[in-house]
Amino acid sequence: MPAPVTERAYQGRVHEESRALMSSWMAELGRAEAEARVTGALMISGNCVELLRACHLLPMFPEVTALQAAIRHKSLPLILKAEQAGYSSDNCAYVKADIGLFLDGGMGPGKAVPFPSLVVCNYVGCNVYVKWFEHLADISGSRLFMLDVPFARSDAPAPDDVRYVVAQLEELIALSESLTGRTFDIDELREILDLSARAQDGYSRCKHLTKHHPAPFDSYFDSINMMGPINVLRGTPEAATFFEHAVEEFEGLAAQGLGPLSEERFRMVVEGPPPYPFYKSFRNLFTKWGAVGVQSTYSTVGGIWEFGFRHDSRRPLESIAEQMLRENLTNRSIVARYAQIKRYVEEWEADALVIHSIKSCRLFSAGQGDMREYFTKELGVPTLLVESDLEDPRYYAEAQIRNRVDAFFEALEHKRVVAGAH
Amino acid sequence: MTVDTVLAECRDRIAQPLSVVTETWKAGHPGGRAVAVYPVWAPAEVIHAAGMLPLSLLGGGSSVELTHADARFQSFVCSIAKSTLELGFQRLLDGVDGLVFSNICDVARNLGSIYRRNFPETFVEYLHLPQNSTSASVVPYAAAELRRLAAGFEQAFGLKVTESSLAESIDIYNRLRARMRALYELRTAEPHTLSTTELYTVLRASTVTPPEDAIAALDALLAGLPARDARPRDRLRVVLEGVFCEQPPLGLLEILEEAGCAIVDDDLLMGWRWFTGDVATDGDPFARLASAYVNQALPSSTRHESREHRSAGLIAKVRRARADAVIFMPAKFCEPALFDYVLMKQGLERAAIPHMLVEFEEKMWTFERTRNEIETFVESMLFD
Ligand code: SF4
Ligand code: SF4
Repeated sequence: MPAPVTERAYQGRVHEESRALMSSWMAELGRAEAEARVTGALMISGNCVELLRACHLLPMFPEVTALQAAIRHKSLPLILKAEQAGYSSDNCAYVKADIGLFLDGGMGPGKAVPFPSLVVCNYVGCNVYVKWFEHLADISGSRLFMLDVPFARSDAPAPDDVRYVVAQLEELIALSESLTGRTFDIDELREILDLSARAQDGYSRCKHLTKHHPAPFDSYFDSINMMGPINVLRGTPEAATFFEHAVEEFEGLAAQGLGPLSEERFRMVVEGPPPYPFYKSFRNLFTKWGAVGVQSTYSTVGGIWEFGFRHDSRRPLESIAEQMLRENLTNRSIVARYAQIKRYVEEWEADALVIHSIKSCRLFSAGQGDMREYFTKELGVPTLLVESDLEDPRYYAEAQIRNRVDAFFEALEHKRVVAGAH
Repeated sequence: MTVDTVLAECRDRIAQPLSVVTETWKAGHPGGRAVAVYPVWAPAEVIHAAGMLPLSLLGGGSSVELTHADARFQSFVCSIAKSTLELGFQRLLDGVDGLVFSNICDVARNLGSIYRRNFPETFVEYLHLPQNSTSASVVPYAAAELRRLAAGFEQAFGLKVTESSLAESIDIYNRLRARMRALYELRTAEPHTLSTTELYTVLRASTVTPPEDAIAALDALLAGLPARDARPRDRLRVVLEGVFCEQPPLGLLEILEEAGCAIVDDDLLMGWRWFTGDVATDGDPFARLASAYVNQALPSSTRHESREHRSAGLIAKVRRARADAVIFMPAKFCEPALFDYVLMKQGLERAAIPHMLVEFEEKMWTFERTRNEIETFVESMLFD
């Protein structure tokens, strides 16, 4: 029996800096009302936070609020509140936690989470976004701007699609000007995009560092530290610097041959969002086996940066449109995701694919049985599928999940032993 | 054709799998192609203008046992998605050369690409229908999207959609939809003359019949129905909402009517009735269709309309149809319907319109519980 694997106390600067950055953004949001700042609610997936910044709208992200409720074990009462109001147990629980927060008195004028001045629905793949922001606009009475981003139907964004999105971005700029009373400055947007590209560069470099054996960090469980800055704070100097520090830290670890665990025995690619209400216990199930996430699809919902796309300040609006249309996970088909995962498995030299299937999120999950079929039967990649939820703790059955994880890695280990014996 | 023969033919037709429907049609149209569209809306006109047979793709209902598809889609996914994939596995879509899906929900979107992966010999197209209803750029975008669909047909089948063939097809579908609207009006005015079970049967048959033939059948119905001997009954006039994608079993519609409801409006098969009036007859036909999609759409849970509140269209329907109540009937796990339920319910409550919620699944086969719930609701309303 090999020695048990444990987590190293490795969470250093990246973890701390990320926390500090996100807290200061939230504090800014908390002061927004008092300081009469104009706020714009936005969705994470394929977002255009750079444009909001250039329009002087302070961005707020209801998904982050929902995520934090779950990670702090506060989501269930909020979900139940929403269900009492008529939301179905089958609706995405992210939405229910957000609406539940309002019903519970935690959102609105004078509350910790203010109503947004403008609700910008960046409809990038997820159809629930359209519903969520309709509902948010309904409760807050705020104006809703529907930014319709055509789903990726070809390998490169079609000129008609780019034109359509750019035209809407221009309308959004005009609307923001009327709300803030400030004239939009395209050069300011260019500067923001350059800062954004720096952050993208850093994030991408970090993600390539997990090609090392052992990977210096877990690209699934630890990516959450980077997802805040990359999705929410892109375009700020702080985010650009944060990623430069992250690269330094992870390069250092890689050079020392250190990873997040005392030993890396299995390298896995993880598909799907994590179960936030049970983040730590879920992680422990893999730690015990020495399984490290070397790549993850969830870390690319806001943008797929590791394959080279960067915002281009010479073509500001077109480049934003292209990113929304094509360079993020959610606006691509599930089958296109298979190709992304295949590349991860091959280039990051993974031993297995773990699919965490989320009841709330059909965008991610509807059809993951087909994904498993493809990876196991057609590619011969060992694939584990477990089910729970990213927000609703009622769907997390620890014993059942543990059994499946254990059985899966036991079989992998056995295969290794047998292969080694020959 | 008498009313009864039309109804009998429609019942037969909707019982046939699409493989049989296409086989029959192709026997009379050698070399012909057929393209089926998943709910809610897709431009049947464009398919027809390419000389192909447009069909609806409505899942497997209660007749198809899942043997493969339930391993692909999880338990928390609606039935129509699974049974549609299953139709492919069981070769019940043989003869259907192409399928069109659109962005009605995340499940339908994933289904489209998974179908294509499993059946690469079938032409599968995915339409992104606009969710922005007010931008100056939306109609040009939607027109380009319809042109892209036509180009896809040309590439896959060598069949060209010309502006004049599309104009002609728009005209034919305008005529078909005008008859559908007439039947809806008749049912609203005299629900005892044409039951919803019958109307649905006829409508559904029209979605798997060449439109020219469907027009003839609906004309026969419209001519024959006024002479039908039926007496008004004391029933609760209701609007049925949320049934726009997965199909309710016929037995369930019968139960609603037997339990004392006169359904006076609904969103059944609404993609085939999508427009509030005729699509304009002048100008670029792609742009006309696109403009009608954006500006003349019936309120739909799968389309965002920023010019009015989510409940406004439903309340208007209730008023127009002089309905007493709304029955929400979303398919189990149907996110667009379940989300809209909340805003619609709140709107109805503000307008003091009673409502109830009944979930269904296409594969359900016992309706007793539903019957009891509906009867209780109807009684509470009629004898209030
Ligand atoms: S369905 Fe998925 S992507 Fe959409 S809001 Fe819910 S969790 Fe987010
Ligand atoms: S029934 Fe609802 S959830 Fe299922 S495919 Fe249709 S619209 Fe989507």
